[in-house]
Amino acid sequence: MNIHLAAAATSPGDPILNISIFGAFVAITLIIVVRASRNNKTAADYYAAGRSFTGGQNGTAIAGDYLSAASFLGIVGAIAITGYDGFMYSIGFLVAWLVALLLVAELLRNTGKYTMADVLSFRLKQRPVRIAAAITTLVVCFFYLLAQMAGAGGLVALLLGINDKLGQSVVIVVVGALMIVYVLIGGMKGTTWVQIIKAVLLIAGAAVMTVWVLALHGFNFSTLLDAAVSTANNPEILNPGLKYGLNDITKLDFISLALALVLGTAALPHVLMRFYTVPTAKEARRSVVWAIWLIGGFYIFTLVLGYGAAALIGADRILASPGGVNSAAPLLAFELGGPVLLGLISAVAFATILAVVAGLTITAAASFAHDIYASVVKKGNARPEDEVKVARRTVIIIGIVAIIGGIGANGQNVAFLVALAFAVAASANLPTILYSLFWKKFSTQGAVWSMYGGLASAILLIAFSPVVSGTETSMIPGADFAIFPLSNPGLVSIPLAFILGWLGTVLDKVPRDIAKQAEMEVRSLTGVGAEKEAVDH
Amino acid sequence: MGNVALKEEEVVVSAETFHQVQESEEFQELRKRHRSFVFPLAIAFLLWYFAYVLLAGYAHDFMSIKVFGSVNVGLLLGMLQIVSTFAITTWYVSYAGRRLDPIASKIRHEIEGPLAAATKESK
Repeated sequence: MNIHLAAAATSPGDPILNISIFGAFVAITLIIVVRASRNNKTAADYYAAGRSFTGGQNGTAIAGDYLSAASFLGIVGAIAITGYDGFMYSIGFLVAWLVALLLVAELLRNTGKYTMADVLSFRLKQRPVRIAAAITTLVVCFFYLLAQMAGAGGLVALLLGINDKLGQSVVIVVVGALMIVYVLIGGMKGTTWVQIIKAVLLIAGAAVMTVWVLALHGFNFSTLLDAAVSTANNPEILNPGLKYGLNDITKLDFISLALALVLGTAALPHVLMRFYTVPTAKEARRSVVWAIWLIGGFYIFTLVLGYGAAALIGADRILASPGGVNSAAPLLAFELGGPVLLGLISAVAFATILAVVAGLTITAAASFAHDIYASVVKKGNARPEDEVKVARRTVIIIGIVAIIGGIGANGQNVAFLVALAFAVAASANLPTILYSLFWKKFSTQGAVWSMYGGLASAILLIAFSPVVSGTETSMIPGADFAIFPLSNPGLVSIPLAFILGWLGTVLDKVPRDIAKQAEMEVRSLTGVGAEKEAVDH
Repeated sequence: MGNVALKEEEVVVSAETFHQVQESEEFQELRKRHRSFVFPLAIAFLLWYFAYVLLAGYAHDFMSIKVFGSVNVGLLLGMLQIVSTFAITTWYVSYAGRRLDPIASKIRHEIEGPLAAATKESK
């Protein structure tokens, strides 16, 4: 116990060095954001970066958006502690991109303008569908934001040696304020550049550490695994089941999680919005291809890094350090390259949180300004300048909400909160996205039932799950109203949302808009009339 | 970008045109080629993924069999998931480039007219 306390009181590395490296990152990206944002005039500039990015740039930015703190810190930590079961997260996160590639990305780029609701409401009744899509967008972004902000608190504890809640809260405020500045000034263009820079740094950093870990084990992966087993003193670290194999409920929970991961990605609003930043559907396809290679490569690195942390540091030391599971990757960096590598990797981790939070914020703000304000409140008659003005104000409000929520959620499990966001996205958004792209008869009632039904069931099931109450690790450990046994709602809520969408459509007697259906189908496959790249000013 | 100033102006296409195109043999062929490729492939990779998930969830002994060194079946199947994802991606890109893009751009040129088509090509 004393050893644990001593370990908790000190953080490895040099806080001043860590802050300086991070400060340099902030300074450089701010300059780039300011330069990139000079031409932010129209709504297309602000929301979609003038549709001027190439597939390669956008794919890198998608990787930067997707490889959040949960992916980097969370998965390396999960593999280091629970071995194989941590690896299964990354498989789901990667395979999910095939849904986006084959079924969603290009068709969405061809039919929409700025937001997910553009596509969903294309041939249905604007008002109810837009409102529903905007609400699900805001909820998913909120869950995801909470996860990132909560992660920032834990990271700070480790890197700067700030262990009291007040100090961590101050850092969350700083991260939130920086993010507001980036998004206000830079819009989508600035946000995209931050994500590109961050993705390059993150993947390069992980690659260097991967080669380093392998070099220490004679470039033999099997030797590395043996070392992990011997440090952990448990051969089961190589086999599935350490985390999810405990009993029938945990096994079912794993299936539920896997379903949410594989179907959630293509329904994440902030990922979908990135497809509007390229000029054509072909570039949208290229974006996904780039993203798949970068993300897939990165997850191979995390496998090595996770077992590397298990071998070189060991689960006991990781869990005892401030930051817990999430500190496996930073501790490994310190073990390999001392304070300098730790400082670099921590700066990258901070940058990760900043970039992802910025992407989420601009998505939520765009959805509010474009779907609620311009389309519903102003009935499509809002001037673009006013729409952008509303979006900028929304950015400030969302930033403040994220800061408060992040302080409240400080200490919650990051990877877990992200998994919930995936479950909500897969339940509330994916059925309607697929139905409206591929099912001719799909109707307004079907869309509304599916979106609200998926959203409500996912959130209710979470509220009555062991996550919120009933166990020692719950959010409210004192109470017990956990009548739903699984921690992840996907297994129930995703099929339910698909069924509701089908049922609502079958029971809908309102005649369908055949002309709009024809237009949507032709546009989605050919790109006729798709939004063009904005001109240079 | 930039040399051809095409602002966000819509090429005006009438509902009638969209309807005719949708009915045309060419478009039906495009639609068929798209769906007959992406649907079976999507179902196949989802089945393959869930087979892996079920094995990892319920067949611990099988997944724990060592194949070479300490690398077991589970790790190999996991890596195979990553490899198959890369393979499907490459396959789709090549299929779309050969079988979908030519028809799609032909239809687009027919609808939008030579001017808009030329503008797009230049990018």
